[in-house]
Amino acid sequence: MPDRHCDIAIIGAGPAGLAAGLYAARARRTTVLFEREVTGGQISTTSIIENYPGIDEVDGFELGQRMQRQAEKYGTEMALTAVSAIEPRESSFRLATGNGDYSARTVIYTSGADYNKLGIPGEVKLTGKGVSYCATCDAAFFKDQVCAVVGGGDAAMDEGLFVTRFASEVHVIHRRDELRASKILQERAFANDKMQFHWDTVVTEIEGDDAVKRLLLKNVTTDETSMLDIAAVFIFIGLTPNTTLVKDLLKLDGDGHIYVNEWMETEVPGLFAAGDVRVNSARQVATAAGDGVTAAIRADHFISEHFDS
Amino acid sequence: MAKPRDVTDSTFEAEVLKAEKPVLVDFWAPWCGPCRMVAPVVEELADDYAGKVDFVKLNTDENPDTAVKYGIRSIPTLLVFKEGEVAGQIVGFRPKSDLAQRLDAVV
Repeated sequence: MPDRHCDIAIIGAGPAGLAAGLYAARARRTTVLFEREVTGGQISTTSIIENYPGIDEVDGFELGQRMQRQAEKYGTEMALTAVSAIEPRESSFRLATGNGDYSARTVIYTSGADYNKLGIPGEVKLTGKGVSYCATCDAAFFKDQVCAVVGGGDAAMDEGLFVTRFASEVHVIHRRDELRASKILQERAFANDKMQFHWDTVVTEIEGDDAVKRLLLKNVTTDETSMLDIAAVFIFIGLTPNTTLVKDLLKLDGDGHIYVNEWMETEVPGLFAAGDVRVNSARQVATAAGDGVTAAIRADHFISEHFDS
Repeated sequence: MAKPRDVTDSTFEAEVLKAEKPVLVDFWAPWCGPCRMVAPVVEELADDYAGKVDFVKLNTDENPDTAVKYGIRSIPTLLVFKEGEVAGQIVGFRPKSDLAQRLDAVV
């Protein structure tokens, strides 16, 4: 089967990719947006987004769906399949995908980042049995029960506060002695009677057979160990960028982010990176969308310079 | 399109446990974003496996007894029942090809 061709291939349908799709399609470039899992990326499981300018409050999944509809309205084609390889050719890129091969004049890489796992005993075995990476999916199963949240950033506080709607107590386990979450989320967390904080503490094991029963905790300053009986643990300990497809093509920073300039251009001409996958991202819906827009505008210019005569 | 029909706490035994064919049960709830993504994929599978596997869905908000009985603590969860026993379990959103693979392995 011959390759399908497009002007701009976008990999990853989070806010960066969806915003890029909107702008690419409105520039009248043939645009294909690849997504291996769920439209929206990280926001698809975020209960409420209240910091996207102009929108008071929106369910994250709903915002992702709206962004997709808007991009499709102007002609972006959604391809719900994984991309398995990106190969730069002389004046195009070859993409191997679950729908066959594509050739694209430019590629915007918006693959985002995945939540990290703790990597401790019991975690894999008890996933779906009280170990969760999505409070909005699972918190309702733990009505009037004791839960824990691991982490101290925005995601941990957001999700922890969501869990308080159902749980009787929410124990925040954080390895440092202060939170990294934004001040407004910290204020809400500290003001919530159901939230209890375990500072300088890490989880060393999750115990349970058919369901989570308790956490083994260790205080990293005193080495003191303790146990905490809980029904569920929600884990939000940072993210790792998804750069498998480009790690041999591009230089990455120590944490695996892609280096780009202010136009979201990578060192490979015609290959752009935007959103959480790039270096120095503020990791917000609004900044990811902005990155995607910048990359799409630049990709459009790139095609004009190199292909349009 | 063969829309998976709703089962409830009271119909679960007759429609799932005593069914002759294998049954895939989609445990979902209205507030769960990824569940809304799984639903159309399950509908497509229901077409592909028509005649071989029955497809049903169970709202965990309205039918907590069944959800508790099968230890559902994360949704979306898909359970495949064969002759009244759980033959396979898939937690979280997976692409259609993954689901088909898992389904082929158990039916």
